[in-house]
Amino acid sequence: MLGLPVAAGLGFVFRSGIGNLAQLLDWPGLPRAAMLSLVPGLMATATSVTLVLLILGLRPRAFAVLERLLAPMLALPHAAAALGLAFLIAPSGWIARVLSPWATGWTAPPDLLTLNDPCGMALTLGLVLKETPFLLLVALGLGTRTMERRRMVAATLGYGRAMGFLLAVWPGIYPQLRLPVLAVLVYAMTTVDMGLILGPGLPHPLAVQISLWMTEPSLAHQGLAAAGALVQLALVGLGLLIWRASEALGHRLLQAGAQSGLRGHGLDGPLGLLAETVAVAFVLSGTLGLAGLALWSVAGPWPFPRGLPQSVSLTVWSRAAPDLITTSATSLALAGVATLAALALTLVALQGEGQGRNRRIEGLVALPLIVPQVVFLPGLATALLPLSVPPLLAVALAHLVFVLPYVFLSLAGPFRAWDQRMGAVATTLGAGPLRILLRLRLPMLAGPLAAAAAIGVAVSIGLYLPTLLLGGGRVATLTTEAVALASGANRRIVGAYGLMQAVWPALAFALARRAQTRLT
Amino acid sequence: MDWQAVQDKARGAQVYFHAWGGDPKINDFIAYVGQLASDRFGVTLTHVKLAATSDAVARVQAEQAAGKTGGGAVDLIWTNGENFAAMKRAGLLYGPFATSLPNWRFVDTAGKPSTINDFTLPTEGFESPWAMAQLVFEHDSAKLATPPLTIAALADWAKANPGRFTYPQPPDYLGLTFLKQVLYAMLPDPAALQVPVDAAYDLAPLWSFLDALHPNLWRQAKAFPANEPALGQLLADGETTISFAFNPGRASAEIAAGNLADTVRTFVLIGGTIGNASYVAIPFDASAPEGAQIVANLLLEPEVQARAQDAAVLGFQTVLNLAALPDADRVRFDTLQRGPATLSPAELGPTLLEPHASWMTRIAEDWVKRYGVAP
Repeated sequence: MLGLPVAAGLGFVFRSGIGNLAQLLDWPGLPRAAMLSLVPGLMATATSVTLVLLILGLRPRAFAVLERLLAPMLALPHAAAALGLAFLIAPSGWIARVLSPWATGWTAPPDLLTLNDPCGMALTLGLVLKETPFLLLVALGLGTRTMERRRMVAATLGYGRAMGFLLAVWPGIYPQLRLPVLAVLVYAMTTVDMGLILGPGLPHPLAVQISLWMTEPSLAHQGLAAAGALVQLALVGLGLLIWRASEALGHRLLQAGAQSGLRGHGLDGPLGLLAETVAVAFVLSGTLGLAGLALWSVAGPWPFPRGLPQSVSLTVWSRAAPDLITTSATSLALAGVATLAALALTLVALQGEGQGRNRRIEGLVALPLIVPQVVFLPGLATALLPLSVPPLLAVALAHLVFVLPYVFLSLAGPFRAWDQRMGAVATTLGAGPLRILLRLRLPMLAGPLAAAAAIGVAVSIGLYLPTLLLGGGRVATLTTEAVALASGANRRIVGAYGLMQAVWPALAFALARRAQTRLT
Repeated sequence: MDWQAVQDKARGAQVYFHAWGGDPKINDFIAYVGQLASDRFGVTLTHVKLAATSDAVARVQAEQAAGKTGGGAVDLIWTNGENFAAMKRAGLLYGPFATSLPNWRFVDTAGKPSTINDFTLPTEGFESPWAMAQLVFEHDSAKLATPPLTIAALADWAKANPGRFTYPQPPDYLGLTFLKQVLYAMLPDPAALQVPVDAAYDLAPLWSFLDALHPNLWRQAKAFPANEPALGQLLADGETTISFAFNPGRASAEIAAGNLADTVRTFVLIGGTIGNASYVAIPFDASAPEGAQIVANLLLEPEVQARAQDAAVLGFQTVLNLAALPDADRVRFDTLQRGPATLSPAELGPTLLEPHASWMTRIAEDWVKRYGVAP
């Protein structure tokens, strides 16, 4: 069921892409555009994983605050997060405004390239800010009890906090985190909205360029876009290979570290400080980014270098209110249907795989994440046209295609990590497999289930292209409205819609957390 | 079909209007038109807010490829220039319908030839105009009292004030419009712009002008804003001092909305600036072509046109010939407040015709080759 839509779309890409490869190779920007997909993608993923390691391992004091911010940061759509960050670090941004003119002497914004820098640093930063919360949330969903036990064993063996976590706890976490990490890598390599707002433009990262070719008014570059998509696909493959290779390297290093017997007490001081700094930086940028958006949504005139708007009003909100209510209802209904269906399918697949894990299913499930959306969706929409599927149903199905991988990825680890001996005990007590699943395994996995559902809701609410293309524009959700408005770069309205987009998933996460704490 | 029959058939219709949704002011205006359509003609108008018009064109194209002849997703589409040319070429349009609209008689086809020529392509009734656009420059009068009035003077000003001017990155249409405006100033014989560009035509004057200008642009031309809204945001943030837009009323409307400093003013160049029209078109497989025509006609209603021209609403210039209107309707325009930053029709000066679309393609391709990959 998952393979079919992607295959339909991919067939379309291969057909129109292959013939245009030569034309694409003529484009002088190709090598740089490819590097701008690969390097920020890998850098952002590596940094995010390192930060997760650092924060989980050393539990800085600021973590208590950070943990509360995770859900809203994750729920904030990428475009809104990018605009929030852009407003912080731009030469005319909030930081510069607060420091001007008294500290900097600037009465007009300086001509500095802090955004859209040629190396993609701003883009990498934005990706790290957006993906670390996702990984942290998944990692926290893995259950802290085993983590704590292993940590204690390491401590009694005389290991320092950092070293003990790295050698004893991390190897238990990472395999369950791997698929989400790979999903992050693919996303980071193929992001369009963050790349457009934060990334360089001469040339754009490849995924951005593909979507620009797709939307060019003359429709003359559709073939070039398809060829670009093929290259993007190969690049993603390369990125995944590089990642797997570095995983193997990391594994070796860990083994060597364990064999060396070093307890690493000296590391705790400096790393603890680093972790504290990182956590505080996250809390600050998260709060300020959200606050900046919130403030813009009620701002009157707000010229440089004022630190605050000249006046505030609720005009934007009151004008948008009717739209916000109806589109929220559609968004929530779609998210509910897609998430429930995804949960059911995931459980069927996971239960069906028994003892061994089924790589084929895993590959199929991850497919929609690996094939860039701009590539297979137009083909899928074309394939569905003759069937005259009602728009709402088509959109719901498309949402399922994208929600399923995330639900699967966040649930597979904990589901497989469940102690099979429990099942064995229950079987000897006479319970059948279905009874074990419903009465034992699922209740024990209530935490991860709730987290997976919340992630599913967040993903569904954030989907733009599937909603637009499969619905033929007739299904208006919060996100289709928000992206259309974001194309106008109006910070006030983007702020309002971005916050609304964040509210519902944040609510889902809050509910998931309550379920988690109540049940574990 | 006579108009009464169109009206009868349209009653109860559901019209999906695919239009760029990036500006809340425009979205509100379309909602107002929808209210009129429902009150007066029983037509329900749904604004499908797009991030890019080509999304809708691609959809119609896909429907054609799938063999559909009716029941399409798009009933009405805001279009002009390349989108229209692509749709007309591919036979994706319904019509001709525009010249049969009752309000067509008010359209100023003689005084505003771009109401029937879209980037030199005759519209032949396959799209109906609803707003005039003209390139105007904007400057913050608090920082710059007397703006430069020619392209050459603009370049000199940028040299003296580096980092305070830029243009949207081609192939964005506004960025290309600026380049076409430069071309008007560079070419010995601008009439060449009205016919397809000769492949051998030497654009060297344009490139040497840009080579000299780029080091003095915002971020030394190492980055460009993505589009018109992003360019406007730079002016609002004080990053740039001179900007430009395709809507002569934009600055006033943005000042009224509290988005732009009230010291911003508009100006045009000596010799005129490029102008064109925005249109609506109906796809060949629209589900409600009659309802779509009702909306196209409504957009030409003097009352609606006057509202669009109101600086506090959109500030879009009318496509109508005011002299042809009944007195009661003309008064609607005479009493409009222009807003602090909008030029009078006389001050707006002559409108230069859009060059043939092939110039745009050529400039875009060459620009991307020359500057699209930073050295």
